[in-house]
Amino acid sequence: MKVKLDFEHKQSAHCENGVVSNMLRYYGIELSEPMVFGIGSGLFFSHMPFLKVGGIPVTSFRPMPGVIFKRISKRLGITFEKHRYRQPHKAMKALDANLEKEIPTGMLVGVYHLTYFPDPYRFHFNAHNIVVYGKQDDTYLISDPIIADYETLSYDELLRVRYAKGTFAPNGHMYWVKNIPERIDVEGAVVKGIKHTCKHMLTIPIPMFGVKGIRFLSKKLRNYPHKLGARKAASYTGQVVRAQEEIGTGGAGFRFMYGAFLQEAAEVLKKPHLRDLSFEISEIGDKWRAFAIITGRIVKNRNTVDESYDKAADLLLEIADMEEAFFKKLQKSVQ
Amino acid sequence: MKTTEVPQDDAGMMRGKWKDPIYTLDEKGNYVTSYSLGWETKNAVMQHAWEEIHERVEAVRQKVIAGELSPLAYYLEKNIMDVGLLAKYVGKWKWTVKKHLKPKYFNRLSDEMLEKYAREFKLTKEELTDIERIKNEGNEGQT
Repeated sequence: MKVKLDFEHKQSAHCENGVVSNMLRYYGIELSEPMVFGIGSGLFFSHMPFLKVGGIPVTSFRPMPGVIFKRISKRLGITFEKHRYRQPHKAMKALDANLEKEIPTGMLVGVYHLTYFPDPYRFHFNAHNIVVYGKQDDTYLISDPIIADYETLSYDELLRVRYAKGTFAPNGHMYWVKNIPERIDVEGAVVKGIKHTCKHMLTIPIPMFGVKGIRFLSKKLRNYPHKLGARKAASYTGQVVRAQEEIGTGGAGFRFMYGAFLQEAAEVLKKPHLRDLSFEISEIGDKWRAFAIITGRIVKNRNTVDESYDKAADLLLEIADMEEAFFKKLQKSVQ
Repeated sequence: MKTTEVPQDDAGMMRGKWKDPIYTLDEKGNYVTSYSLGWETKNAVMQHAWEEIHERVEAVRQKVIAGELSPLAYYLEKNIMDVGLLAKYVGKWKWTVKKHLKPKYFNRLSDEMLEKYAREFKLTKEELTDIERIKNEGNEGQT
């Protein structure tokens, strides 16, 4: 089999945005990564002490994997065909059939066995997205949104990552564009995306999410050294910084990416006020970076109880206030 | 963040596969995509996460050499897995895999089961059961 689609691969910060952006470009729709991110309401905050990965509570700066994707297709009216397969070989056959019909196909894969991934980033994370855009003999041509260049995987390698096990096991999940409406209402989608983000950051009545979640983390973090001892406290703190600066965030827990979105949104909606807000969120992002510097130092000196926990917790409260004011203004501007 | 402030602290983490895109503000106040080779703070936190993993791997390695745990326990830790995850990969119950972490049960495993485990760790059956191999590994780790 020899298929190579004319698929333009552009590197992005976050895989879900990147795959959507790249796939839509193939069908002639130019939406930047920040636009996909903003329309899909990708900005979020949650701190869930009871949900642990590797024994450490999860703090996250984005919604659950797959959510951005769902929202963007709903808001732009683009339908995707989705499938999971119980039999791995059937999943591969279905992929081949798609390629023969010249359909670039997105899929979920596990990162750990992804052969081209740099070792320091290979954790058992299963909600990574890639696009397969061709096949030459037994080699699949891959567009991985976070890698700069095109990549390839053999049949066996691709099969293995499509059937990674554990949390969010992909089970051969794949998806492709089925239908694009003739007119896409980008303005409407942008407004919906903004409204949704504001609502989720401000009004979820559970203290673990949005601005309340940031205050909640502040309280927890302040108590870490007393409750957990130096080493464990440092491990818990490290997870927060990693979530904030991991691949895909565009820096500062997606705050900079959201700024880029607002600037584009200002032009789309002809609301220059959003441009002012785009500067404000960049400043908030800088505060998050300052937080990372303090907590990073805590992690480095992990064997001694560090006094900067209080400083970090105070900074979080400051950030929470700034974000609350910011999202209230943003909410007002699109009403 | 301003475009001029983008950190370029390269710790070789990305192995040249990408640079981190960051959305920064240029001198005219427009967002542009900047590319960062890494940030000291982030590098340190990631290195720390790997150090913790290496420490755990080393602790288990010593126990395997002392005969308290089976080689399976070592490769489990080395692949950053837990019992639940490995159980899913080999299609066994969690408690079954847990049992196999003890040398007593591991030494009684059928060739078929050993092959199954070995395949998950990209080893041969002989390599999986070879304690000398584990002794020689030292603390090489993954990074």
